[in-house]
Amino acid sequence: MADRFPSPFEIETPEGAEGWQEMYVYSSLFSEGRREFDDNTFWFQDGVHWPKVLTPWDATFFEFGIASLSQYNTRHLQVPPANGIAFRILNGYGYLTPMPADPATIEERVANFLDRAGFYFMNWNDLYDKWMLKMRDLVAELEAVSFDPLPDIEDADEVVKSGAGLGSGYRIQESYRNLVNLGLKLWNYHFEFLNLGYAAYLDFFGFCKEAWPNIPDLAIAKMVAGVEVDLFRPDEELKRLARMAVETGIADAFSAGDVEATCQVLKSSDAGNAWISSFQESAEPWFNFSTGSGFYHSDKIWIENVEVPFEFIGNYIGMLQKGEDLARPMEAIRAERDRIVNEYADLLPSDADREAFQGKLGLARVVFPYVENHNFYVEHWSHSVIWRKMRQLGELFVKEGFFTEANDIFYLKRTEVEDALWDYYVSWATPEQAAGPGYWPPIVKRRREICAALSAWKPTPALGVPPEVITEPFTVMLWGITSESTKAWLGGGAGDEGQLKGMAASPGVVEGVARVIFNPDQISEVQEGEILVAPLTAPSWAPIFGKIQATVTDTGGMMSHAAIVCREYGLPAVTGTGFATATIQTGDRIRVDGTNGVVTKL
Amino acid sequence: MNIVMWFESYWEGMKAEVGGKAASLGEMTGAGLPVPPGFALTTGAYRKSRDAADLDATLARLLHGLDTDDTAMVTDRCGRIRAHIEQMPMDPEVESRLRHAYQELCRRCDTPDVPVAVRSSATSEDSPDASFAGEHDTYLWVRGADAVVDAVRRCWASLFTDRATCYRVEMGYDHRTVEMSVVVQKMVRPIAAGVAFTLNPSDGDRSTVAIDSAWGFGEGVVSGEVTPDNFLVDKVLYEITKRRVATKEVEFRLTDHDTVEKVALEGERATAPSLTDAQLKAVARLARTAERHYRCPQDIEWAVDADLPETENIVLLQSRPETVWSRKAAEAAAARAATGNVDLMQSIVSTLMNPLHSRNK
Repeated sequence: MADRFPSPFEIETPEGAEGWQEMYVYSSLFSEGRREFDDNTFWFQDGVHWPKVLTPWDATFFEFGIASLSQYNTRHLQVPPANGIAFRILNGYGYLTPMPADPATIEERVANFLDRAGFYFMNWNDLYDKWMLKMRDLVAELEAVSFDPLPDIEDADEVVKSGAGLGSGYRIQESYRNLVNLGLKLWNYHFEFLNLGYAAYLDFFGFCKEAWPNIPDLAIAKMVAGVEVDLFRPDEELKRLARMAVETGIADAFSAGDVEATCQVLKSSDAGNAWISSFQESAEPWFNFSTGSGFYHSDKIWIENVEVPFEFIGNYIGMLQKGEDLARPMEAIRAERDRIVNEYADLLPSDADREAFQGKLGLARVVFPYVENHNFYVEHWSHSVIWRKMRQLGELFVKEGFFTEANDIFYLKRTEVEDALWDYYVSWATPEQAAGPGYWPPIVKRRREICAALSAWKPTPALGVPPEVITEPFTVMLWGITSESTKAWLGGGAGDEGQLKGMAASPGVVEGVARVIFNPDQISEVQEGEILVAPLTAPSWAPIFGKIQATVTDTGGMMSHAAIVCREYGLPAVTGTGFATATIQTGDRIRVDGTNGVVTKL
Repeated sequence: MNIVMWFESYWEGMKAEVGGKAASLGEMTGAGLPVPPGFALTTGAYRKSRDAADLDATLARLLHGLDTDDTAMVTDRCGRIRAHIEQMPMDPEVESRLRHAYQELCRRCDTPDVPVAVRSSATSEDSPDASFAGEHDTYLWVRGADAVVDAVRRCWASLFTDRATCYRVEMGYDHRTVEMSVVVQKMVRPIAAGVAFTLNPSDGDRSTVAIDSAWGFGEGVVSGEVTPDNFLVDKVLYEITKRRVATKEVEFRLTDHDTVEKVALEGERATAPSLTDAQLKAVARLARTAERHYRCPQDIEWAVDADLPETENIVLLQSRPETVWSRKAAEAAAARAATGNVDLMQSIVSTLMNPLHSRNK
């Protein structure tokens, strides 16, 4: 077995992707100037969040996200052992490496961390209320951003006689800068709480594992998990709408055909119109929900692709008509949570232990709503608005002849978009012909080809030299990277014949037929009783979890967004296998052992 | 007067009538600890039969002038008393109730002439009956109503073992007042059997039930002659958290002549798990119930019975307190109480400094 992964400098450019490096900012690339570090460090591909090729603009959130995480660990909170996460892009895929803090600084960091993190834990609810307000303000600011075509002549009153001294040309450039700034602000907010939330959860987790070494992870998750979680709310809204359709006698409309046909039937009755307005109410904000991780412009957003929620609602209507009860039994869930907590507490040897247990559980429950909910507010809601605004700007460029379609904008780097807007502005101000229409189309075309070529390349799960033990706590928790999984990767995935090892993300053992899904558009292919095998799953796939028996993913840890949903549905899940989609094919019979994190081809 | 008491209809007021062994079986059944099914024939049944057969007259005759130092005489007289009891007609009502109860047991086990164990159940722990009744009073693999009736009489006869009789003579106890209850209980015919601890013996984890299991009788598991399948089941969620299926090279099986023999195992049966997941969880629940009932960690023996209906075929054979880890845990708790708990923030820092996966190695 090899003792290291390939050097990033040895990885060849896939055929047809020559020049891919130009799609990204120089600082995100492996480079000669940092060769010694880049070559000897352990890098893993972050398939949990970025399993697909990053287009130039989509790299924005990769860069903003990881940099914000780093900033909080190092500069704000001083998480004692962990500095930030260094990131690189190789062949279009994002790679990360955790940076340990200098041991000599640990003592000072501990003191700072106790002060700073301690303050957050003490004042969590107040700060979290503030966070919610900040987020809503931020979404409102994002919504206010607009990219209207520049006028032939500025308004006399508003612009000229008001003495503002500024016009639309300035505003449109300001709007874009503002959008980018709000994106960075969003990611700062995202990490204001997140790692603290995980830290408190990890501490409770560690206590449980020490008190009961064999306790299933699921039991710990169940003790902490919220009963009402915003991340499940979009799915709840679908169920509510399905119930409403059945109760008001308009369910037939959903067998009328496509969305348009359904809407036509709905609009012909009062009940149908009432349903449509109820749908629209749910849609803002709950259907600002991505079918993927929310990190790609190409992920479908429910509110912009109404056929997606309509199909799920149609399925739920079918289930209701068969007499199934879709409601989550809240009281029963609460009672079960209390039972689990009480039974474990009873197993502790002393009252002092029980007190410590309740203290840690109490904190974990205070912080966990953030861990569960932030994903909706950041990756789904805010990102959806940003993607929409970017497409609006894309449309403007199409009109001006810079692009052939709105999505071309995502093949420009974020700084290049500023250049294009500058070009547009200058050509409007002068006026003269813009240079863009002659400049961008071939670049965008070439970059689309490069991205297609890179998509055909299967990223190696890791690069460089793995450490003996992986000690960075968040790497394990969020990405599911452990000393074992790196060993398995070095061995090429298949340790024993036909076996894949991963994280035991949700317990249980089942056998069944695999359905391999590479992107969200394929999820309607999933048949009742199959085992879902995917690079990763997204929370918005929840409606198909009622159909499947188990889940296997290439990437992800036990706290990845996907694992949370699997446990909610009580399905066995093995995450972070590295190679599931490469070694399993649709139709294969497999056994998923979510208790031990093993997938076996039968 | 009660003649027959089923284990499940036991209540405390009956203890004097059925003796300690039957009372304990009754208590366990009532507590949701399913021992193999059965019933007790009460002391009343003995008294009724004794009176019907006028046993007192026989006793008076044979025990008159007994010299407890004369071994030959004791052997002869006691032997004759026992032979008399073994052959005396049972009171007709007692016999009919006994036969009826046995038939009912056969019906419940869906097995004609179901094999049973017939054994005495002493009525007072302090009485000499308790010390001596245990000597010759267990009859295993008894089949059919006639044989059960005979075995009950033989149990009764065991009140008059040489030692017990001499003891009563020397202490001046009245032989006419000694009584006995008899337990009739289904013999377990195990598909699989084994042991279970209500904690993990390898790390003391009290949230876990550790189960060792093999095909057939549990002897091989207890003695270590079979490498059993080994499972861990979580006590709260009943998740199977560890599953190690061993190659079981032998099985302890019942022969045609009611003895247990060791048979070599090959092929699929050797490598197949000896318990289904549902059975595993049922064993774990049983162990947990025993722990709750006795209020301390238990070490139990259990079996999956071949004759009982699927939902009630996991039976408890024995439950003992676990000692090793229980003592260690108490010591550790005392040590922790002495040092006090670590502050929550300090604990979070140390969690971050020593991630779980390296700590749990």
